[in-house]
Amino acid sequence: MSTDLSRRRALAQLSAASLAGISPWALAQKALTVGVIYVGPRDDFGYNQAHAECAAELKKMSGVKIVEEENVPETQAVQKTMQGMIAQDGATLLFPTSFGYFDPHMLEVAKKNPGVRFSHCGGMWTKGKHPDNTGSFFGYIDEAQYLNGVVAGHMSKSKKIAFVAAKPIPQVLRNINAYTLGARSVDPKITCNVIFTGDWSMAVKEAEATNSLADQGCDVFTMHVDGPKVVVETAAKRGKMVCGYHASQAKLAPQAYLTGAEWNWLTAYKLIIDAARTGKPHPNFVRGGLKDGFVKTSAYGPAVSAAAKANADAVKAKMMAGTFDVYAGELKDNSGKVMIPKGTTIKLTDPSLEGMNYLVEGVVGKI
Amino acid sequence: MNRQPWHDAAEAVLLPLLALAGALLMFGLWVSLGGHDPVQACTLLFTGAFGDAFSWQNTLQRSAPLMLTALCVALPARAGLTIIGGEGALVLGGLACAGLPYVVHLPGNGVGMSILLLAAALAGAAWIALAGALRQYRGVNETISSLLLGYIAIALFKHVVEGPMRDPASLNKPSTLPLDEALRIGSIGSWDVHWGLAFGVVLCLASALWLGRSTHGFATRVVGGNARAARLVGLPAHRLIVTACALGGAAAGLAGGIEVAAVHTAANASLIAGLGYAGILVSFVARHNPLAVIPVAILFGGFGAAGSLLQRRMGLPDASVQVLLGFAFVLILAGEALRGRLLPFPFLAMRPLLRAKPA
Repeated sequence: MSTDLSRRRALAQLSAASLAGISPWALAQKALTVGVIYVGPRDDFGYNQAHAECAAELKKMSGVKIVEEENVPETQAVQKTMQGMIAQDGATLLFPTSFGYFDPHMLEVAKKNPGVRFSHCGGMWTKGKHPDNTGSFFGYIDEAQYLNGVVAGHMSKSKKIAFVAAKPIPQVLRNINAYTLGARSVDPKITCNVIFTGDWSMAVKEAEATNSLADQGCDVFTMHVDGPKVVVETAAKRGKMVCGYHASQAKLAPQAYLTGAEWNWLTAYKLIIDAARTGKPHPNFVRGGLKDGFVKTSAYGPAVSAAAKANADAVKAKMMAGTFDVYAGELKDNSGKVMIPKGTTIKLTDPSLEGMNYLVEGVVGKI
Repeated sequence: MNRQPWHDAAEAVLLPLLALAGALLMFGLWVSLGGHDPVQACTLLFTGAFGDAFSWQNTLQRSAPLMLTALCVALPARAGLTIIGGEGALVLGGLACAGLPYVVHLPGNGVGMSILLLAAALAGAAWIALAGALRQYRGVNETISSLLLGYIAIALFKHVVEGPMRDPASLNKPSTLPLDEALRIGSIGSWDVHWGLAFGVVLCLASALWLGRSTHGFATRVVGGNARAARLVGLPAHRLIVTACALGGAAAGLAGGIEVAAVHTAANASLIAGLGYAGILVSFVARHNPLAVIPVAILFGGFGAAGSLLQRRMGLPDASVQVLLGFAFVLILAGEALRGRLLPFPFLAMRPLLRAKPA
């Protein structure tokens, strides 16, 4: 009796399995498991939160299962996390979001798992050099930092604005320059003081830098560090104004917060996930700006003047129409050397910008 | 109490096990307070750390650098010094490993690899020996000085990596030039664990042999027990202490070298991941016993691997594993109070009485 039962059950299972195997809808119903890896905490009011908010949105999509892990250092730990997501959770698409995950960690794991898609945030994926199952996406957030600068230019009374930066690397320098250019488009007398803290998450140094910049008379702050919380709160405490970065920090300082440069990762994530679900080739090199919906600006805070709003909105409209260039000649660096000659513009898509190594005129600071 | 010789051995096994069981109980309670299933959490912890071959490789891989950085605390501790600057030795070891090919051409084989690792060990040894020497010859507190030297080492590391030694191609992640493919350390056979694990285990065993079976090691332990008494019997205390520091530093430096040669392929800020500081905890929990460092480091690696799975499956924050780690280590250290008192179980003496009752 019992053998009979088990045989019957086995037969039923077998037929069910073969049915599932041949029917195309069963394949489509199979959820796509997507792994998202963060280098810091998911609620850092910054870089990681911007990604985590996007992952939270993705969880609402049907047919997509999200597995997440936070605080993963850029060591063998992240390699093990990626392999764990593949082996233990069955993930077939991974989003390692920290810059340092790209080389060697993601490339190493990708070599061992050719059937899994990897999409990295920020890395310079190059055809021929990096595997085809890997890729990178990023946004031209310098556009949004330019708009931060325009608002800052209107709101600054001391004509001195401030930037707290992590490291003098191209991605950061682009933001400092765009912010300064935006402010100086309002008033060419404005200068921007910059302090580099040396690393992505240095709460104490970020507070010290903010205080020191406030002491020097700067009155509008922005930043490029992983978690802008400290800079925002410190500046607000000192009675200064702030433009946010990565995500909205309006909640932290509702009165002092003017606007902010935010990521809108959902656009990129959806594009890459859709390709994975429909079996299209993996989008290896994904980039976009304001008009592509890769970045966005925070809603204006209560302190922002009507003139500032009007000016920033006008520039934003041009950016949305694709008729505005952040980096246009003549552009000098802060030692007076001409970097972009008169009449020339460099499009945001130009790869030369990914190697930016100077500070524009008006920035007080050294690389 | 009639204490038997096997009681000590049994206690050495039972105490940590009881502590872990207690930690799991507390963790389960804490998890259920947060509205999660404690049984699932504990099952996942085990699956993630030791459940299958993948988990074991995950655990062992994570434990490898910890064994070496723990030795950086354990060895000086046996000579009586509390050194907590292993992170500095580790990053300098990594820097030496990545930097040596800038100045000399190394053969792309085992010899070149050994020279690289030797350079890494020497750099770490020099740094921690400096902390030891400052204490012995200048009276500077070694705990503070090693910690501060660590900060100096990290600053130096960043300055050199982001300045003179920077690979111009490393745009957004300043790094040194990558190590030649032939100079890198691979994995152990078909396992996804690099040879750093073997270095860790062998050096822990060697350290145990040195401390327990050699005259020099014995002299070091005497100095660690009472430096004045050691000097009275004519032991060269200064030299022994600085040597122990150098050996510890060499282990941490080696850890840095292995991280570069086996994982990162170049020296960059990713190397500064707190492995040196985690080693302090491992060593203290292992009571500075090099043999105990091995299982404790594996346990620590296991927590890392388990935490990874716990986050992915249950959506718990990373901090929850820190909570478990906290429970575990507090209980392991508190359990020390029971050493020598746990066995024979006082309540077992009651057993004949209970048995006497009819069932």
